Amino acid sequence: MLKIAAALIAVLAASTAAFAADPDPANWPAVLEDARGETVYFNAWAAPRTSMPTAWVGDEVEQRFGVKLVHVKLEDTATAVNSVLAEKTAGRTEDGKIDLIWINGENFSAMKRQGLLLAPGWAEKLPNYAYADVEGKPTLRSDFTIPVDGQESPWGMAKLVFFHDSARTKPEEMPKSIAELVAWANAHPGRFAYPQPPDFMGSTFLKQVLAESVADRAVLAKDASSVDASAVLAPVFATLDALNPNLWRAGKAFPKNYPALKQLLADNEADIIFAFNPAEASSAIAAGELPDTVRSFVFPGGTLANSHFVAVPFNASSKAGAFVVADFLLSPEAQARKQDPKIWGDPTVLAMAKLSAEDRARFDALDLGVATLAPDALGPAIGEPHPSWMTTLEAEWTRRYGVAN
Amino acid sequence: MIARLGPPLAMALLAGPIVAGIAGTLLPAFGFLPALGHSTLSVDPFYTLLAEPGLARSLVSGLGAGLASTMLALGAVMLFVAGWIDEPVFQRLRRGLSPLLAVPHAAAAFGFAFLVAPSGFLARLVSPELTGWLAPPDVLIVNDPMGLALIAGLAVKETPFLFLMTLAALPQTPAGPSRLLAAALGYGRVAGFLHTVWPSLYRQIRLPVFAVIAFSTSVVDVAVILGPTTPPPLAVRLVQWMNDPDLAMRFKASAGALLQLGVSAFAIFAWIGLERLAGAVARALCGSGFRLRRDAALRLIGVATMAAFAATVFAGLFVLALWSVAGLWQFPDSLPDRFTLAGWSDVLPRLADPLLRSIGVGAAATAAALALAVPALMREDETGAPMGRRARLLIYLPLLVPQIAFLFGLQTAILAAGLTPSAPLLVAVHLVFVLPYVFLSLSDPWRAFDRRYEAVAFGLGRSRTRMLLTVKLPMLAPALATAAAVGFAVSIGLYLPTLLIGAGRLPTVTTEAVALAAGGNRRVIGVWALMQATLPAAGFVIAAMLSRLVYRGGPGRT
Amino acid sequence: MENMGLRLDKVTIALGDHDLLEVDCAIAPGEVLTIMGPSGSGKSTLLSFVAGSIDPAFRASGRIVCAGRDLTGLPPQERHAGILFQDALLFPHMSVGGNILFAIPAAERGRARRRSLAEAALADVGLAGFYSRDPATLSGGQKARVALARVLASHPSMLLLDEPFSRLDADLRGRTRDLVFAAVRARRLPALLVTHDEADAAAAGGPVIRISA
Repeated sequence: MLKIAAALIAVLAASTAAFAADPDPANWPAVLEDARGETVYFNAWAAPRTSMPTAWVGDEVEQRFGVKLVHVKLEDTATAVNSVLAEKTAGRTEDGKIDLIWINGENFSAMKRQGLLLAPGWAEKLPNYAYADVEGKPTLRSDFTIPVDGQESPWGMAKLVFFHDSARTKPEEMPKSIAELVAWANAHPGRFAYPQPPDFMGSTFLKQVLAESVADRAVLAKDASSVDASAVLAPVFATLDALNPNLWRAGKAFPKNYPALKQLLADNEADIIFAFNPAEASSAIAAGELPDTVRSFVFPGGTLANSHFVAVPFNASSKAGAFVVADFLLSPEAQARKQDPKIWGDPTVLAMAKLSAEDRARFDALDLGVATLAPDALGPAIGEPHPSWMTTLEAEWTRRYGVAN
Repeated sequence: MIARLGPPLAMALLAGPIVAGIAGTLLPAFGFLPALGHSTLSVDPFYTLLAEPGLARSLVSGLGAGLASTMLALGAVMLFVAGWIDEPVFQRLRRGLSPLLAVPHAAAAFGFAFLVAPSGFLARLVSPELTGWLAPPDVLIVNDPMGLALIAGLAVKETPFLFLMTLAALPQTPAGPSRLLAAALGYGRVAGFLHTVWPSLYRQIRLPVFAVIAFSTSVVDVAVILGPTTPPPLAVRLVQWMNDPDLAMRFKASAGALLQLGVSAFAIFAWIGLERLAGAVARALCGSGFRLRRDAALRLIGVATMAAFAATVFAGLFVLALWSVAGLWQFPDSLPDRFTLAGWSDVLPRLADPLLRSIGVGAAATAAALALAVPALMREDETGAPMGRRARLLIYLPLLVPQIAFLFGLQTAILAAGLTPSAPLLVAVHLVFVLPYVFLSLSDPWRAFDRRYEAVAFGLGRSRTRMLLTVKLPMLAPALATAAAVGFAVSIGLYLPTLLIGAGRLPTVTTEAVALAAGGNRRVIGVWALMQATLPAAGFVIAAMLSRLVYRGGPGRT
Repeated sequence: MENMGLRLDKVTIALGDHDLLEVDCAIAPGEVLTIMGPSGSGKSTLLSFVAGSIDPAFRASGRIVCAGRDLTGLPPQERHAGILFQDALLFPHMSVGGNILFAIPAAERGRARRRSLAEAALADVGLAGFYSRDPATLSGGQKARVALARVLASHPSMLLLDEPFSRLDADLRGRTRDLVFAAVRARRLPALLVTHDEADAAAAGGPVIRISA
């Protein structure tokens, strides 16, 4: 009897200990103490320039907080989502393989819906969240219209920007809207391409077409299944139908992703390309991938913009360590490095007005590069539609163009 | 005792993961995946799969590419061997083709694409002087809807494998006497060889041919690089579905993996039909006394195809090397404006960890494979009976079942067993693929070993173990070293198994290469593909040096 | 004396249902018994049965007794049955001396002693100074003599000769044959010779068993 009671107490003690192990970012010193000595597995898509900033972040968090950061390079963020799912399938509710994921939009929505994320609230309690530009950048709290609920911590901003080579094409002849782009392609067949959806750059282009085609953008905040989606999408595909025969390779093949698209501009196979990072062209010029005559332009009516984040899976092994890394990524120091076109070039998520003069100076000192538009020249931002629109768009796109040959 | 354990242990290690993996694929295919709240069986995933647009096209392109590339590769090997065996050029090309086996598929495919694309190296070489092109022509070569680029790329890469398999089988056929006999009866070289030697030769390389069909109908990395995209072949779409953020796609993906299994099986059955047809045609020709005395053109086609295939891979590697050090390189310049080591200096600091892991896992899996293959072969020596048909089929099983059909399920099974991704686990999964190749490349020289040497050693009072250690294994050292190099090369080239079992935590040179190649930057691709191609090559060089060392430094050599 | 020789007691060899041969004989020390027969008659299989390394495909019965020891069922390495094949089968990864050292029983201890035994064994077959040579550099006759030196160095209790002279040209064949048979007599070894060459049988001088296919 006594033995059973002792065993019960032991079990109870163990389970409370497990609960107590979930760190609370409101008690930051305790988090820092917890985090020391932890290893954080950061799963992040292996974008061409991600490794440089993450290597620096790794060195810094190890030195300052005793947290070891391991960058697990992904071909596709969905791999990490599926990995967490597989762990849940196998009943592994702790000691998961992934501590931190670079994420937004559709992937975030999927993880949130499946209960694969750490409980809400932690992100807004991180010390550096105080500097985040939540007022000026609504996408920090509404990720593709999905409420963030403090389940992911902001890392950077993205804005759709177009590039052309001024040595071959004149800036004043560049289209100023999707409608003008279709007309331009008609006059210059084979000289424009977009990556094949569901590559995210390709889907971004589709969403830009969507945003310019609908009469009232309010419908895009709703779930696509709750409205007459085919009516909303009809003008989108009318536009794409008109564009398709004039695309590169007559739309019989599409570049795989942004780097392949960039190569088309470099090889003189395409005249207009686009990226989701305003500094991308300058970076490519510096890397010798594009000639220094490449310049950026945007549509006066606005182009798509969003934010990206880092999230912690529900079963992460090093939650405190993950918080420490997420907070460090949000620090003015790390954000300024991320905005440096020599390193990455993403616009920051922080509000300049909230920063100290010293921190603001870090951003003022950045040389954005010859092909990068100034922040105030980037034009209006169009918010992302609800993730369901992208899924619907991609499915219909695939049916029409993706399996057409 | 060890020898007795060898075969069942090897079989369990080969068949176990495949059976577990297919079970792990089968359940979600029938709607069973409790984590997503689906714990009842249904056939809905198959309905979803069949409703997928363009599915038929995906099936046909994978099937067609697999069959056509196998036919092309086998045809090239057949014509070349028939027309040129016993000629000096045969030996020369043999030396040229063998190293190509070690070039990983992804690296070869990238090299091919960089060569033949409209903006590729060949077009740059002749532009604008011969073509007048200042911009690349807007023609679809790579990723064409017919899959011609994919077929060519696969054929180029499979030819060395089939050629080496043919070479291994040649000594067991009466090639020399039969050819002379046929020549005396007035048959041309090609016809004489095909009538007299090829039938028995083909019987021996039949399983490798099936393995090539299974591989090329379900290949992912080469198809992503060269294959059609609107729509891609089924295997490529499967990986897309498995990676889709919409987790419900997993059911469709699992059902698709089963369909892929069916497609590969169907391809093999279709091939067997083609075999019958070809056999009937050959018999008819033979019966009619068709001698094909003037076969110079045919022979020329044989040697030219083989030489072109080899040259393509080497030229592809050269272009990869060029891109890896290229600064700005605009069309139609034949060479980059300037050269830079930026790509290399970017990659090198991040190379150590994946490089060491690749080497460590490759070496461990190879050592384990040898430790299993040798006892299995010793057991064969003891029983005196060579492996039966069924055991041979089992050895080939991991090569005949499309990887995609069981790896995804294996990942779930491993996780369900409470195992975390670790180097030993990765070694174990690599072993599944390494063991067949090691066994196959070792078994021929092992069986060809003159067993009278064993009798001599026994007569000199040496025990079985001593005989093995002091006579047989040292004498087979070159064969062992080659088998080890083959196993190592296979391990280095493994992409899907490493990715899925390592769960991204155990990066190797190959997973890094493909992950970064997903970034699409030609310079980065160049660096990683070269690194990926260098490792197996280094393995073969070391193997050659080691076997020479054994012969030089043997006992009593003073 | 009978006790010291090699006795094949009602030995039969069969392949499947097909009985190949039946031998019941005794070979005295220093005597060579010749077995003649066409290929496929099972004569080489008889040798491997005596040596203990018969192919499992064959069925064999009967007893083998040598120097009073029943060898039936013993593993091959316990039988001390020295074998010479038609090829010298020198281990290519060892030097000539290494081949001899490999044969010298472990009971002979000490590097220097083993080496001098090996040098002496080579000298006995007229190959003094060949210790460090690579077997690949020897002529056919030299190889045959090294093979003989090697088998003698292992102190066998019998010698099994599987057409050991058939690969040599006529002149060399005679000399090698004399060398081998002289060694058999000098060491008083019972020897079993399998051949299809009448001249071999004549030179052996012992009893001859002829088997038909």
